[in-house]
Amino acid sequence: MSRRAVITGVGVVAPGGVGHDAYWDLLTAGRTATRAISLFDASGFRSRVAAECDFDPLAAGLSPQEVRRMDRAAQFAVVAAREAIEDSGLELSSADPGRVGVSIGSAVGCTMGLEDEYAVISDGGRDWLVDHTYGVPHLYGYMVPSTLAVEVAWQAGAEGPVALISTGCTSGLDAIGHGVQLIEEGGADIVLAGATDAPLSPITSACFDAIKATTPDNDDPAHASRPFDGRRNGFVLGEGSAVMVLEEAEAARRRGASVYAEILGFAGRSNAFHMTGLKPDGREMAEAIRVALDRARLDPDDIDYINAHGSGTKQNDRHETAAFKRSLGERAYRVPVSSIKSMIGHSLGAIGSLEVAACALALRHQVVPPTANLSVSDPECDLDYVPRDAREHRMERVLTVGSGFGGFQTAMALGRPRTQREVA
Amino acid sequence: MSASGLRSGHHPPPVVTGLGVVAPTGIGVRRHWESVLAGKSGLGRITRFDPSRYPVQVAGEIPGFDAGRLVPGRLVPQTDRFTHVALIAAEAALDDARAEPRSLPEYEMAVVTASSSGGTEFGQHEMERLYQKGSSWVSAYQSIAWFYAATTGQVSIRHGMRGPCGVLCCEQAGGLEALAQSRRLLNSGSRLVLSGGTDASLCPYGLVAQMATGNLSTEDDPARAYKPFDVAASGQVPGEGGAFLVVESAASARERGVGHYGTLLGHAAGFDPPPGSGRPPVLASVIRQALANAEVGPEEVDVVFADASGVPAHDLAEARAITEVFGPGGVPVTAPKTLTGRLYAGGAALDTVTALLALTSGVVPHTAGLERQAPGCDLALVRDRPRRTDPRVAVVLARGHGGFTSALVAGRGDRTDIGQ
Repeated sequence: MSRRAVITGVGVVAPGGVGHDAYWDLLTAGRTATRAISLFDASGFRSRVAAECDFDPLAAGLSPQEVRRMDRAAQFAVVAAREAIEDSGLELSSADPGRVGVSIGSAVGCTMGLEDEYAVISDGGRDWLVDHTYGVPHLYGYMVPSTLAVEVAWQAGAEGPVALISTGCTSGLDAIGHGVQLIEEGGADIVLAGATDAPLSPITSACFDAIKATTPDNDDPAHASRPFDGRRNGFVLGEGSAVMVLEEAEAARRRGASVYAEILGFAGRSNAFHMTGLKPDGREMAEAIRVALDRARLDPDDIDYINAHGSGTKQNDRHETAAFKRSLGERAYRVPVSSIKSMIGHSLGAIGSLEVAACALALRHQVVPPTANLSVSDPECDLDYVPRDAREHRMERVLTVGSGFGGFQTAMALGRPRTQREVA
Repeated sequence: MSASGLRSGHHPPPVVTGLGVVAPTGIGVRRHWESVLAGKSGLGRITRFDPSRYPVQVAGEIPGFDAGRLVPGRLVPQTDRFTHVALIAAEAALDDARAEPRSLPEYEMAVVTASSSGGTEFGQHEMERLYQKGSSWVSAYQSIAWFYAATTGQVSIRHGMRGPCGVLCCEQAGGLEALAQSRRLLNSGSRLVLSGGTDASLCPYGLVAQMATGNLSTEDDPARAYKPFDVAASGQVPGEGGAFLVVESAASARERGVGHYGTLLGHAAGFDPPPGSGRPPVLASVIRQALANAEVGPEEVDVVFADASGVPAHDLAEARAITEVFGPGGVPVTAPKTLTGRLYAGGAALDTVTALLALTSGVVPHTAGLERQAPGCDLALVRDRPRRTDPRVAVVLARGHGGFTSALVAGRGDRTDIGQ
């Protein structure tokens, strides 16, 4: 299999700013974008903090009709896709549309649109037999998450394979992995791959409140997301999207594209254990890492940075730490590991795409983003989590992992573009 | 080896060793096939709630589906109906394949499902609690029942399948995309994939959302509501249910000593250009690519299972694409889904099951309820009764809302116990 996939464009809508430059500034400054929830009245909720995007869809370039038609998650994805396409320097209008594909991940789809419309057509929850005469014409587009992929496909003029991947909190990594598959198998030469979620609405907050997955610490929102810190007690919800242009490596080289990174290997495993629970041994995530490295033909010592799932729940952080030790052995203690969720929260399915974008930017700039808010150590989390401050660090190959409800565990290895690696 | 683990070179096509059906045509593969051959429709006036206030009142409901009796106890309150349906269909498919997951390598088995709309009914209940009573009344299970990955997660847990599981949401095309992903997994280290799709959004919110497309039929006579390719076509009828298939590498099936219903010879997917672009739909091109992928010529195809939207403009576009590839009346075309309505993620999974049964039994099922073909739909539709034509190769088509377009090519297997 000689076809390989490289990242040639990155687009981001994240808490703290629109665009990948603003995103990288936030991450390397170690600033946090978590705050008291402003998108809805959260006063009755257990967890009242979130990482929100300051996002004005018109200022971001969407038309009034696009704004009306699209759920917030779709708006994020389309704006991110446009940036990615522009960043790649590709002239998609001259590409063969049948060779352009789309693979977008989302855990909860168009939840905001679904909930807002429900509130109206049920008249505030009064009517089980909801009133169709109050339904908006785009209501079906909110019910099916595939709409998110449709909107990106329309942006790109894609007529090749298009898919929406929804594997909970690994959706972003899995969607990018799916895009890599499409390129490797020859189904497409260019794939817009990424993920989006905009889950900051009462129903999503209520369901994480109900299982106490999100943090109840509402007094200091800027420091509420504390992965690997001894005081952590739940994750902070976030929102956002990252979309990348994946290209077949040889075609990218021929057109002289500026390559961020090559996707060297990825693999998924499921724990088949519990929908939300994790065994502390990290066994299945370790297996996903092992297979991803095997496919990338890498040894543990080749990994120079790990972008952790690091959600900030006790069970995740211990599970993941165990998985790194189990799969990488001694290397786990010597490689920097960080969680950007400390700064941008946990945007469910979108976060994996934002983490891949962070890895691509880290490889380009040779800087490891930190784990913010990490100051109290936990004896069970004893790796180098790059506390508080970004670190200049020489990186050739990095690893990013995700773990999600449903038992999904995904690992992906990325490397600097080959030409740079050969020169170095 | 590649980044995704896909191995280069020639792979023998994967085989389908087990089937499970929970659909308006019945619970169980045999009952489904009997209904199909008899042209027995599962469409009727909606009974799950009172549809009187809605312009759409006909749907395909699963007859006699009692989750409390069929689904293991605690999973009933913890999951939505689309997962209930899937748990039953998945288990039936594994039983049919005589596959015992506990005795197979855990990481070499995966679950790949399609979902179009997730746990809509569960979600409507919990939103009602939220808006009527307050956030603390929302169920602890909302977080695991509503989302699109609920089914894959639960099926994976239930059967201890720890490989690269997945979930595809491509509306009505999802079932074929799940099978295509299963094929990729079998070419990258997995040996058995439980693949399928289900949807069950026949609650008031689900129906009203579907009505918003303007594509549902408002005809209230179940016998007249879903007539694709017919002069009387009036739109689509929604349904609930779906199917699961055990897809296995040929080597694994051989090693286990089990027969199979058929081989997945080829697949392709594309996406229609946006409305108003002036560019043609991609279906004809996707069919050609799928045939090329299968290394099968159009003349070797014995039957096409159409997407059969029921919306006249969609039907016309599909008929034109089929004619473009196979010639006018060049291949028998059928759409047994007139008996179930459109099952969304379950639709193409069930069509694939029906196609495999047709191949193994030598009988092409008919499209029940058609009277007069719409002008412009120049198809050799199989009408009135099943035909014993000994088909060897079938093509299954699926088109999903927004532009998803998929085609799957299947070849005949050696397992004939259900079809006969």
